[in-house]
Order: sequence, then C-alpha cells, then structure tokens
Amino acid sequence: MRILFAAIAGGLFGAGLFVSGMTDTRKVQGWLDVFGDWDPTLAFVMGGAIIPMTIAWQLTRVSRPLSGGLFPPPPIHEIGHRLVVGSVLFGMGWGLSGLCPGPSIASLSYGGVGGLVFLAAMLIGMGAAPTIGTRLDRWAEAA
Amino acid sequence: MEPDWIWGLVGGVLIGLGGAAYLLGNGKIMGASGIIGGLIDGSGRDTAWERLAFLAAVAVVPIVLTPLYNVEITTHLTPNLFVVVVAGLLVGVGTRIANGCTSGHGVCGISRFSLRGIVATVFYILAGGITVVLFRHILGVI
Repeated sequence: MRILFAAIAGGLFGAGLFVSGMTDTRKVQGWLDVFGDWDPTLAFVMGGAIIPMTIAWQLTRVSRPLSGGLFPPPPIHEIGHRLVVGSVLFGMGWGLSGLCPGPSIASLSYGGVGGLVFLAAMLIGMGAAPTIGTRLDRWAEAA
Repeated sequence: MEPDWIWGLVGGVLIGLGGAAYLLGNGKIMGASGIIGGLIDGSGRDTAWERLAFLAAVAVVPIVLTPLYNVEITTHLTPNLFVVVVAGLLVGVGTRIANGCTSGHGVCGISRFSLRGIVATVFYILAGGITVVLFRHILGVI
C-alpha cells in the first residue's frame, strides 16, 4: 500500500517536472537570472504545485493517512544556522547548475554523462552532510 | 505549441498532486532531497522500499513521456564538469543540512505556511540568483 502510494506520487512528480520544463536547466537558470532574458515559468510551476498541496494540508485536519499512521507534526518555527547555511549552499549549487534533487532524478534518461556526474556528486554531498552539519553546529556554538 | 507558462502551470499542478498523494496516502512530506538522503545516510532504512519506488517512478515516467515530444529533450546542463561536480556537492550538502529543497521546503512547506519553508525558499532563491548573476554576467563561467 505504502509502496503503491509512493509510486503514484513519484509518477505525478516526475511527470510534472518533465512537462513543466523544470528538468531544463536553461529555464531554471533563466528564472534566477533577473538581469538576463528572464523566464517566468518557474513561478507558474511553484504556484501550480502549491494549489493542490494547500488543499491536501487542509484535508489532513479531518482525516488520517490512507495507509495508516499519523500525519507530520505541525511545523516548527525555529530558524537555525542549519536552515540558513544549508539553503544558501543549496541555492549556490542550484544556480551554478540549474538542477535540484528532483529534476536530477527525473532527467536521468536524457541528462547524459553530465547528469550522472551531478547525481554522483550530489549523493557524495548528501553522505558527507551529517559530518559537515555537526562541524557547523560546533562553529555556531563557538561563535 | 502552447506558451511555456501554461505547461509550467500544468506541470506544477501535477507536482502538487504528487505531493498530495504522498501526504494523504503515506502521511509523509514529499521532499526529494529527504527521500534520497535518507537512503544515503541510512536514516530512512526502514522505509527504503517506498523511497526507491518513489524515485523509480520519478525517473521512469519521463522515459514514457519523451516519445510524445517531437523535439530532442535535453537538460542543457553546462558541459563544464568541474562546475557540475561543485554544484552537485553543494546541492547534496546544502539540502541535507537545511533539511529540504525545492519540493520539501518550497512546495510542501510554503503550502502549509511553514516559516522554515518560507525562509529556506527565500535564502536558496537569493543565493541562486546572486550565483547566476555573478557566474554568468560577471565571471562568464556559466
């Protein structure tokens, strides 16, 4: 049951990334590049995605997950150094390449060697993140 | 051919429906970096199969859709592999330290009015924008 829901969600996610053009790094970098030939597409993708998600969050108030268990707890409001530093590092990589984790998977079949190199580097980064995060905590504590 | 923004909106709604299916079906937030990262650092070992099913579907559905397009599908990724490696490392480390990326903090966080999701999104968009302007217009690398 859980695997089925995960596959349905992944299929919709992959289809959405594909048809929206979000696996095209030119469109993503074009949206970030406010001083170039600005491409508004990403804003429409975000807006379009937030509509069904907002409804889904409202539904979590009156229902239970279909495969059992509980919904995620309410959001915490702590803005720590991890959130800020991590998001800045992610944004730099996103700007440099035009790729983020979802599109790096969705474009595997046509992303070529570059796409595979990106994915490999991203996985290495994810593996190193717990260690780097702990070191970051120590720096933040000392500062 | 319809303008790009219509396909952006259609694709966005599909992404949101995917997030809704993941949330209402499995009770989880659909964040690509979290789903992948949990497999890498071992924190998601007990949900490994559903993570793999999700990722397999993300990768396979575009293969099915590709023949519907008459144009060649490409990511237009920079051929500079040094830039690709640095970018990949930054995306991997950054999303896991921040505990989310464009799907988790962006789509799923903003739609529940999560302050963390909104702050993360502002920071990665600002960092991304400054990076593109710096490396494209000033340094001419990308």
